[in-house]
Amino acid sequence: MLRYTLRRLGQMTLVLLALSLLIFVWLHALPGGPVSALLGERATPEAARTLTSQLGLDQPLYVQYVRFLLSALSGNFGASIGVQPGIPVTQVFLERFPATVELTVCAITLAVAVGIPLGYVAARRRGGLLDTLSIIGSLISVAIPVFFLAFLLKYVFAVKLGVLPNSGRQDAIDATRVTGFFVLDGILTQEWDAVLNSLEHLVLPAIALAAVPFSVIFRITRAAVLDVQDENYVRTAESKGLTGAVISRRHVLRNAMLPVATTIGLQAGALLAGAVLTERVFNFPGIGDALALGFQQRDYPLLELLILVAAVVYMAINLVVDLSYGMIDPRVRAG
Amino acid sequence: MVQARTTRGRWLAAVCLVSVASLVLTGCVQSQRGRHPAAGRGGGTLTFGLEGQPKVFDPFYAADGPTFVVTHQLFNNLVTFKPGTTELTGELASGYEISPDGLSYTFHLRKGVTFTDGTGFDATTVCKNFARWYGQTGAGQAEAVSQYWVDNVGGFSDGKMPSLYSSCAVQDPSTAIVRVSRTSSQFLELLAEAPFAIQSPTAMDAGHANDVRRQGGSFTFPPYSSTPVGTGPFKLFRDDVTNKTIELVRNDGYWGDKAKLDKLVFKVIGDETVRKQELQSGGIDGYDLPSPADWAPLETDGYQVLKRPAFDLLYLGLGQKNNPALRELKVRQAIAYAINRRQLVKTQLPEGALVATQFQPSSVDGYANDVRAYDYDPVKARQLLAEAGKPNLTVNFYWPSEVTRPYMPSPHDIYTAITNDLRAAGITVNAVTRPWNGGYLAALDQGSADLFLLGWFGDIPVTANWSGQFFGDPDNRFGTGNSPWGQQLANMLRRADADPDPARRTSDYQDINRKIMAEYLPGVPLAHSPPAIVFKKNVTGFVPSPMTSSEESYGPVSVS
Repeated sequence: MLRYTLRRLGQMTLVLLALSLLIFVWLHALPGGPVSALLGERATPEAARTLTSQLGLDQPLYVQYVRFLLSALSGNFGASIGVQPGIPVTQVFLERFPATVELTVCAITLAVAVGIPLGYVAARRRGGLLDTLSIIGSLISVAIPVFFLAFLLKYVFAVKLGVLPNSGRQDAIDATRVTGFFVLDGILTQEWDAVLNSLEHLVLPAIALAAVPFSVIFRITRAAVLDVQDENYVRTAESKGLTGAVISRRHVLRNAMLPVATTIGLQAGALLAGAVLTERVFNFPGIGDALALGFQQRDYPLLELLILVAAVVYMAINLVVDLSYGMIDPRVRAG
Repeated sequence: MVQARTTRGRWLAAVCLVSVASLVLTGCVQSQRGRHPAAGRGGGTLTFGLEGQPKVFDPFYAADGPTFVVTHQLFNNLVTFKPGTTELTGELASGYEISPDGLSYTFHLRKGVTFTDGTGFDATTVCKNFARWYGQTGAGQAEAVSQYWVDNVGGFSDGKMPSLYSSCAVQDPSTAIVRVSRTSSQFLELLAEAPFAIQSPTAMDAGHANDVRRQGGSFTFPPYSSTPVGTGPFKLFRDDVTNKTIELVRNDGYWGDKAKLDKLVFKVIGDETVRKQELQSGGIDGYDLPSPADWAPLETDGYQVLKRPAFDLLYLGLGQKNNPALRELKVRQAIAYAINRRQLVKTQLPEGALVATQFQPSSVDGYANDVRAYDYDPVKARQLLAEAGKPNLTVNFYWPSEVTRPYMPSPHDIYTAITNDLRAAGITVNAVTRPWNGGYLAALDQGSADLFLLGWFGDIPVTANWSGQFFGDPDNRFGTGNSPWGQQLANMLRRADADPDPARRTSDYQDINRKIMAEYLPGVPLAHSPPAIVFKKNVTGFVPSPMTSSEESYGPVSVS
């Protein structure tokens, strides 16, 4: 297992190195650049030339890349150019990461908490009313574009009904900041109104973000349970006289979980992509929001870091999923 | 059975562990609430939707609107504009005099003013601020860092580049004398701009305010830039980047009329639609630059939409670099005659917008009432093209996508309207579109566009800040350097700027404006649009300024 993990980590490093080069070349090939973003209408051609040279953007691309790589290897990814100029991009990332983690954890928890039980029940009552309704529901939630759902939720629950906040992570209620995870901070400092306020702000974005993963998890669970429940070992268990609950938990659900776990892993990674849209619509100051702003302002150092980190997170989640197979299915462990 | 029990045991242990850990952790971090004394005194809180994250709170190093909206509440300048007007008046200086040669400015300073860190304000602090601006070294001299100084004042104390500023002397504690190296029409107005706010020397020294460093392709700023200290009606309480809010509290030691609000919160909301929804759902009390299409619905819903006097300009640039036909005056005039500007303003621009007759609004000194007008006349346009020998003129018309500006609410619609007019006059138009930050501005800087849409927000009501910015250097986006008069125009602008006699200067600028419109026509001024700001009904006391948010104070504002 250790050797396997190390080999995977080695592969990840190579992938990251290649990716960093790709992103660098791609970002610099995009039309426009930080100079126009910084100067806007104010620029004179001379000021634009001066700033290009001061930012080192007139150097050959390979020189810029090598400079970036050497600096990045020592942990210094540079300072933001446009989103929060002058602030090291690692700090920008750390300030915004908790927001995205809070949001994605809520979304994936919601998707799993609703998707798996519903998928299981739908499969067990195949063809029934609940099955039909939940299939229709899951189709709708996967088909509606995330941003549209987000706008719809906002319009109904925030603008029209006014029962939930429209945007942001928290109102300006003078909450104490400790870790950057607002819910956790509220618990740690016993500022319970801050906890409640943060949770209220999480509801709509989490639902919007959970829509697609919920649908996928529901459908995979349903299909997997349908597959498994006709297997010989389930029938054997039934003939042994085991109770329905034990068969469900130990034989059906557990075996059906293997593809579901893979799906959850992939979906958790994909949530980062969904977070860009959701965070923009809800003005939620996370990584997705920073990524969108970074593109608008061509903040090269920030974009480079955020995309690399997204890749790391994606690969790490998949590694964890692969390792978790061993826990769910002893055969993998033995192999 | 045994396995089931073990599993249950594990679960129980995990639950116990989490519970104990939570109990231990909840006790170990202290809440830090209630630290600011102004809170809860009945003045209320106003939350305002800001369109972007302020870049840095030290205004000297900033050039972006959101920073200036915030710092204008924290700082005062030596001079300022009377609320709601373009008229200059004293602020930290109760009065000022300019020497007859225009080279020396004497500021009589207000007494009894203190910074929010307790430092007293006097002539020494004024000169320390000037010395700080002028004394920038290394990365502090970069265009991206000290942009306003570099663009308007020039070089620094190392003498590598000429500087408009020369020296500051303390005559007595309440009199400072600032000398400039040449006469300039805009020096005094410049001092009213946000970057030249007076900051506490004690706090700047303690926070190493000048310690800007280059890091790779960017710059890092010292701790002071996030903890600025001024003399304004508010002071910075917290910049909560993780929540995109900036919280200001009233400065109870303010020298002027104390702010009515206890707390002023800026909530950064980049998207205009989100700002509107946030207002409708009650999350904010107001926001800047509502889309003109929303003005009427917002007013119907009971919000106050305050329209500022127009202090911006939308123009059609005529780039001379790539298209030799555009170097001919008759061709440029033909384009001006071909455009139905009255119709354009009526159909494409917000209510209250005006047709621009020259490259500055009427509130800017040097405006001439009798410039050559180009009333819509497609027949004359065809005739001029024929006279110029270009009856089949073809132009590449650049317009920006992925952007709206207060002076240009819908670039595509404006482009379409103008293109239809040009085609009606027999001009072949090739459309070229690029995202604003994705190649549009860069293409203009390279002079690639024949025709292009662009605009300007005025910083100050001085021609040098309008035509001076556009044509003061022949190497500009219009490519005026490609015509023999490009340098001549630049020289004329420079001479007028340096004229110490205000009456003669005004007359010089009027002449320049007449010449620009009749003899040069480097572009076609299209419109001045009034930018709006919206508030809930219960917000009172806000005075909109022509120079928009960087000159608007929340001191007199209250919520009921």
